[in-house]
Amino acid sequence: MARRLDPKGQSLYARFLRYLSEGDDRLDREVMHAVDAPPAQPAAETVKAPELPARVPEAVVRRHTRAARIFYLVAAALMAAGISLLLILTTTDLPSFGDDGNPVNNEVVRRYLEDGMRETGSVNLVTGMILDYRAFDTLGESNVLFTAACAVMILLRAGNREERIEIEADERMENRNQDPILQTVTRLLVPLILMFGCYVILNGHLSPGGGFSGGAVLGAAMILYLNAFGSGSAGRFMTLAVHRAVTVTALSFYALSKAYSFFTGANHLPSVITPGTPGNLFSAGLIPYLNICVGLVVCFTMYAFFALFRKGDI
Amino acid sequence: MQVLGILLLVFILGCAVSVAFTKNLLTAATVFMGQSLALSVVWILLESPDLSVTEAAVGTGIESLLLFVTLKKIRAVDQAIQSEEEKEEEEHGQTP
Amino acid sequence: MDLTNYFEIAAMILFGIGLTLLLLNRNMIKKIIGFSMTDSAIFLYLAAKGYISGRKAPIVTDGITAAEAYVNPIPSGLVLTGIVVSVAGSAVLLALTVRLYRMYHTLDLDEITDKARKGGR
Repeated sequence: MARRLDPKGQSLYARFLRYLSEGDDRLDREVMHAVDAPPAQPAAETVKAPELPARVPEAVVRRHTRAARIFYLVAAALMAAGISLLLILTTTDLPSFGDDGNPVNNEVVRRYLEDGMRETGSVNLVTGMILDYRAFDTLGESNVLFTAACAVMILLRAGNREERIEIEADERMENRNQDPILQTVTRLLVPLILMFGCYVILNGHLSPGGGFSGGAVLGAAMILYLNAFGSGSAGRFMTLAVHRAVTVTALSFYALSKAYSFFTGANHLPSVITPGTPGNLFSAGLIPYLNICVGLVVCFTMYAFFALFRKGDI
Repeated sequence: MQVLGILLLVFILGCAVSVAFTKNLLTAATVFMGQSLALSVVWILLESPDLSVTEAAVGTGIESLLLFVTLKKIRAVDQAIQSEEEKEEEEHGQTP
Repeated sequence: MDLTNYFEIAAMILFGIGLTLLLLNRNMIKKIIGFSMTDSAIFLYLAAKGYISGRKAPIVTDGITAAEAYVNPIPSGLVLTGIVVSVAGSAVLLALTVRLYRMYHTLDLDEITDKARKGGR
C-alpha cells in the first residue's frame, strides 16, 4: 500500500528507510538536490552548488544579509538587555531570602518532611522524594538521557570514508601517546573510583548521593580507562551490545517496577513493598534498586557521549 | 558564612565575564569548569549536599570534558583534511 | 531598602551574561557555553528559593522528623534532575557543532549561514 500511495518514494518514511539502509551521505545530498538525481557515484567527492537566479545580483544579496545582520545584532542586544534588566528589577520585589513564611514553604513540604521517612523508609528525604513520591519525573529524566545518547549516536557514528580517515588520524595520534605514568596511575585509581561510585549509588537513601552522582563517578572511571589504555582495551567489555542491553534493561526495570503503584493506587490497595527499617542498607522498599538502575543509565550514557566524540564508535 | 557566599558569587560572576571576553576557546572551557566548581561550593552553603555532589561530578566533570573533547575533535578534523590534501597534492604531482 | 536576596540577584545577572553570550557571540562553542550558563543561573535561583535560614540539610538525623528542623527539599529535587538534563542537552548541541564544522570547516555562525545560502561547502 505504501508503494501505491508513494510511488517515487518521496515521503518522509521512505526517506527514513533509505537513510537507515544507506547511511547519511545520501541524506546530505538529498537535502540540497532533488530526489530524482542519479544515485551517488563513488568518484564524486564535491557536490554541485545550486546557482542563484540570474535576476538577483550578488551585491543586492550581500546588502540584504548585511542589513539583516545589523538588525539582528541590535534586536538581540536590546532583548538581552531588556530581559536582564526586567529580571533584576523583579528580584527587588521578592520575599526575603531564607524566611520561613515564604509562599514556597507550604503544606506539601510539611507532608514530605514529617511523613517522608515513615512512608518511604529512606533517611535522605530528597532521594525519597525523587524516587518515591515523584518517581515519574525521574523516569522522564532517565528517558531524556537515553534519547540524548541515541541522538548523539545518530549524529556522530562514523559512516563514510571521510569519517574513517579522521578516526585513523586520531588512532595514529593516540598510539604515539602510550604514556607509562598515566597507565600506572590508572591501574591504581580505576578500581578505587569504581568502588567509590558503587558506594555513592548504594548509599543514596542513607546519605547525600544517589543515582545521578554515583553514575557520573562510574562513567568517569570508564572514561579514564579509555583515555589511558586506548579503544582496543576498552572495547573488550564496553561494546555497543552491552550498552544497548544495559540501558534498555535498566529503563524497563524502572518503568515496570514502579508501575505497580498505578495499579494499587487506582484500586485503593495497600502497597506491597514495605519500607523496612530506616537506616539499614536494604530498606526503603524499591529505592536502592531504582538508584542502581538510574546509576547504570547515567554511567553508560556519559561513557557513550565521550566515546562517540572521541572515536566515533562505542 | 554570608561573606563566603558573597565572595563565591563575585567569583562566579567574574568567571562568567571572563568567559565572555576571552578569544581562546580552551581558556573559555577551563574558566567555565572553574565556575562550575565554585557553584558546587555554593550548593553546600545553601544546605543541599545532593546538588553539590551531582554538580561536582556531572557539571564540572562531564560537561567540561565534553567541551574539551569537542575542541580536540575539531582540531583533529582540521588535521585529517590537511593530511588528505597533502596526499592528493602528491598524487597530482606524480601523475602530471 | 533591605537587600537580602544576594543569590537571586547574582542568578539573574548570570542569566543575563549567559543570554548575551548565547545571542551576540558568533562562535558556536561560546554560544553553547552561554546556554549552559543560563541553565546554571536558573538552578541557582531555584535552590536559593528553598533555603530557610537556621535549618539543616534534609537528611534525618537523630530521628528528628519535625518539619521545623529541615530546609525545603522540593526545589533541591527539581534542580537535581535539571543538572543532568542540562548536560544531555549540551552534549547534543556539541555533536551538532562537530557535524557543522565537518561540513563547513568553520565555527562562525555568520559564515555558515552565508555558505549554506550559497549552497556550497
